Amino acid sequence: MSVVSTTPDPQALTLTLVADLAAPPVRAWALWADARRLERWWGPPTWPATFDSHDLRAGGTAKYHMTGPEGEVARGHWRFVAVDEPRAIEIDDAFAGDDGEPDPTMPVTRMVVALEAGGSGTTMTITSRFASAEQMEQVVAMGMAEGMAEAVGQIDALLAAA
Amino acid sequence: MVVDQVRSSDDVDRLFHALADATRRDIVRRVLQQEASVSSLARHYAMSFAAVQKHVAVLERAHLVVKQRRGREQVVHGDVDALRTATRLLSELEELWRGRVDRMEAVLADLDDPHRPTGGAA
Repeated sequence: MSVVSTTPDPQALTLTLVADLAAPPVRAWALWADARRLERWWGPPTWPATFDSHDLRAGGTAKYHMTGPEGEVARGHWRFVAVDEPRAIEIDDAFAGDDGEPDPTMPVTRMVVALEAGGSGTTMTITSRFASAEQMEQVVAMGMAEGMAEAVGQIDALLAAA
Repeated sequence: MVVDQVRSSDDVDRLFHALADATRRDIVRRVLQQEASVSSLARHYAMSFAAVQKHVAVLERAHLVVKQRRGREQVVHGDVDALRTATRLLSELEELWRGRVDRMEAVLADLDDPHRPTGGAA
């Protein structure tokens, strides 16, 4: 299993995921930097992603759309907040309208990606942060397109963390 | 698609707000184990009875606890379903990312990747 740990924090509204990737950081970086590779993993298999633009530099943006099984289109917009090749990327991931621009009424997820040499090649740490629980629910609802498995209640873990 | 057809977004906001306070989390932990009166709960905290009562009211609005009057006492017990909702939202997000990491691995492992950069990036 390449996911080393996941740390949900209901108080801080963050999810931190640590994964071990079998490739050095430079190749792991390409997963994010190369649009053709990125679109092979970002969207769920039933909602493949196409990156229409991808300008990886601080202040740059990427525009993408995902196509659903019935031909539905969901558009997304990334703003690269910080880029430190090949170590770190900070991204604001937003929902976008038909014009490809961020929809101001929809949630924005701040994703912080860190890549370090370690494990079997690269230790990747991704932290997703939400501004509010409502936003988190909206984002999760969009992710439901993947048909995620029914989650098991982990009340003990939540209480132990509290 | 709706994640949770029972609770509205407002409910979820109240839930996380309620859980954001250490005293309130402690109250939830206690009353999930065993129901308790507000006055007996108040003895555990260095704050007034009224303050504890306010915390209980916040938890009640978030559906984390249920308060019932029993004689002269107000008895509080925990509502496990609300915690399940919070936990499930984060679990679903986790599943989304696990899927992404699995696909990342497949991309890295794919030696025939036509977009593999040349020049020994690996």
